[in-house]
Amino acid sequence: MSRATTTWTAILLVASLVASFFVLQHKEAAYPSTSMEDVLFMPSPQVVKRASIGYSGLLADIYWMRVVQYFGSKHKCGSMEYKALAPLLDIATTLDPHLVIAYEWGATFLDQPPPSGAGDDQAAVALIRKGIANNPNNWNLYVTLGFIQYESEHNYLAAAKTFEEGSKVPNANPSLKVMAAKMLTDAGSLDTALYLWGNIYEQAMDKSLKQNALQHFESLKVDQQVSQLQALVDRFRQSAGHNPQSWSELVSAKLLRATPLDPQGFPYVLGGGKVSVADPKSFPFRNKGKR
Amino acid sequence: MLAVEILGFSKTYTIGFWRKKQKTGLKDLHLEVPSGEIFGFLGPNGAGKTTTLKLLMGLIFPTAGTARILGRDWRDPSVRARIGFLPEQPYFYDHLTPTELLNYYGALSGVSAADRRLRIPRLLERVGLAGQERVQLRKFSKGMLQRVGIAQAVLHEPEIVFLDEPMSGLDPLGRREVREFIQSLNREGKTIFFSTHILSDAEALCDRVAVVNRGELRGTGLVAELTSHAAGLVDVVWQGNEAIAAVKSLGGECHAAGEMVRATLPESRLREALDALRTRNARLISVNPVGGSLEQYFLQKVGESAGVER
Amino acid sequence: MIRRLKAIAANTFREAVRDKVLYNLVFFFLLLVATAPLLSQISVGVQRVFLINLSLTAISIFGTVISIFVGISLVSKEIEKKTLYPVLARPVGRGEFIVGKYAGLAGTLTVNTAAMALGFYVALWLLMRTLTGADANILLAIYFLLLQFFVIIGLALLFSSFSSPLLSAIFALAMFVAGSFAGDLRAFAHMAQGPQGWLATAASYVVPNLASLNVITNVSHDQIIAPALVGYNTLYSVLYTVVTVSAAALIFSRRNLK
Repeated sequence: MSRATTTWTAILLVASLVASFFVLQHKEAAYPSTSMEDVLFMPSPQVVKRASIGYSGLLADIYWMRVVQYFGSKHKCGSMEYKALAPLLDIATTLDPHLVIAYEWGATFLDQPPPSGAGDDQAAVALIRKGIANNPNNWNLYVTLGFIQYESEHNYLAAAKTFEEGSKVPNANPSLKVMAAKMLTDAGSLDTALYLWGNIYEQAMDKSLKQNALQHFESLKVDQQVSQLQALVDRFRQSAGHNPQSWSELVSAKLLRATPLDPQGFPYVLGGGKVSVADPKSFPFRNKGKR
Repeated sequence: MLAVEILGFSKTYTIGFWRKKQKTGLKDLHLEVPSGEIFGFLGPNGAGKTTTLKLLMGLIFPTAGTARILGRDWRDPSVRARIGFLPEQPYFYDHLTPTELLNYYGALSGVSAADRRLRIPRLLERVGLAGQERVQLRKFSKGMLQRVGIAQAVLHEPEIVFLDEPMSGLDPLGRREVREFIQSLNREGKTIFFSTHILSDAEALCDRVAVVNRGELRGTGLVAELTSHAAGLVDVVWQGNEAIAAVKSLGGECHAAGEMVRATLPESRLREALDALRTRNARLISVNPVGGSLEQYFLQKVGESAGVER
Repeated sequence: MIRRLKAIAANTFREAVRDKVLYNLVFFFLLLVATAPLLSQISVGVQRVFLINLSLTAISIFGTVISIFVGISLVSKEIEKKTLYPVLARPVGRGEFIVGKYAGLAGTLTVNTAAMALGFYVALWLLMRTLTGADANILLAIYFLLLQFFVIIGLALLFSSFSSPLLSAIFALAMFVAGSFAGDLRAFAHMAQGPQGWLATAASYVVPNLASLNVITNVSHDQIIAPALVGYNTLYSVLYTVVTVSAAALIFSRRNLK
């Protein structure tokens, strides 16, 4: 090739490259290609399994990673909708029915109310039941199912039955029997809730499940502590006749030993006779202590 | 003893997918090659030379006919150990060195490892590739590949060596070396069967030749006899254009350059031609006999089959 | 005859190596290295599962591609380059040639797979810091993959003994995909009636049963492979290969070489 031809060819190459970049940008703006997580265009799990010609295990892992990434990125933006979560989990678990983490994690976060989850307890139950059907010897799944029945559906009888079945699985953790019993005797109490979440926190292998359990646990603790502190504040008001301005007043009145701290170590806030947490965002699941 | 006997080899190809047409590669070839001779298989391109060789080597199968090599059926596997073959324009395994290649072929021919260790370096030297033993074949020129090809054909000390166009791709020096190599092989008692379209090589080397064209045998015989048949011509050179027509009428071919004319005519008409020149006062320069050449025999035989008028 | 077979096989192996086929190992190792940072982002329970799935899938794909593409060129390359002529002009049977070529490529793939297996176990050790008995089970899955390659090479050789390289590649790939669906094909054959049923049944036996040779998902969850299955799979692969290679030898022995 002559010098001139080479130069012109190179220019043509670079120009085409740049031009194609801009064309694509404009095309995307005008006619956006469907996002990977668009529910309408999600393939059916059976089709994906067929298409994977024997490599379904790896594809399942890839879909699982997509699930985590999808949830994480949406959660960061404070999204209230996770429409693609259930279909993606369905595909992942069809590709690899023994991907236990997908059932556990998936059911947990499908069940939780937004923005911490999809708030779809029906999908959650369907998923975990699929998991149990495919992995009958995995007692962790029974725990997750029992939990959903307890926490979202408030169906304590069903939860008790689930925990009971789970306890019969060989090598099941003895705490399952305890949980079954608590469902029958003490289902509505804060103590039971603390016990259950504490158990999950200890047994969970997955980082995000552990984190989730911790947040629940701490939020319950906050609820417990706020109730107790509020009762003390009310007692002070009754005897002193006015709202306490700070915790030191309560300490002086021998109602408290020191400034009360929340589970993360920050002092509770006292304002207008009401107890609240310093940083509400740290305890997304609390019911009390709102300002 | 006949080294090679071809008894009626025929090969037709069917070409075309829908409407099948027959194409004749070789038609009822009968040939005999005595032992110990250098046999030249001549013909223009596409005449059927390579087809014949491939049939003998069992690379393709005849539509009809059989052959015998060293007295046995040509398909007999035991025969293969006693013959060597150099294909036309060979390529060899790119990533092997000539030593490795010869080791491979040698093992396939049943040459023991000890013999191979001994023969290969000597053979490579003999074909002029000393010093290239460890160079990969993809770096070899065409001429060098040809030499490797000849080496592999004789490594196992066969009784007959079949060479398809052994001189192709070689410069004049290379060709001479190959010619000398063939002669030395023949002196060792080997029969050489080689195909070529370069007649000067055939004339220099061969004891016997066969001419094929368009799949048919046109003629065969000892070189010495054939060339003498093609003789009987004389070259006459003179000055003077007037005599041209007269000489032409006697069957002479005339070439004129200015005043000088040269004519080739049959010896039998020489006297008449000289008379014609004398009566027209032409000045005779020279009279020379023309030696018969293989080329003439060849052109004659090829021309006959093509129906060409001379 | 054995000596000649060994010579042809060794030559085929040497050619493949010098043709840089084994460079695919570099890509495999790079792949393992590249996924290492990814692993740290996945939850602990899935890390091992993912590594096993990824490595074995890669071994399968790389090996299959090599089996098909080198397999179909085994014969056609030699014909095209005329390196075959001096070979067959020697006391080498056409059948011997085919078997020798097969053995050479099978040997190449064995070496390749063994190297990949080693790389995988090193990666596994780096991840888990220990190797258990369950990890030895994975070796069986790799062995099954090797059996897959042996079957595919035979098919590639068979197709290339009578058709062009392009068509051979397409046929071989098609058989690979069909073989992965062998289970479904058999299920369909059971249900279908009449001529459809006959056709499907015939197809399900002709097509290589590659599905049962793929136990990647099983071993990633530490399911034990039954010894009986090992026996069946080995026997089946051997028989299937004998069929394809014999057919290739028969076809090749009648072929006029250009």
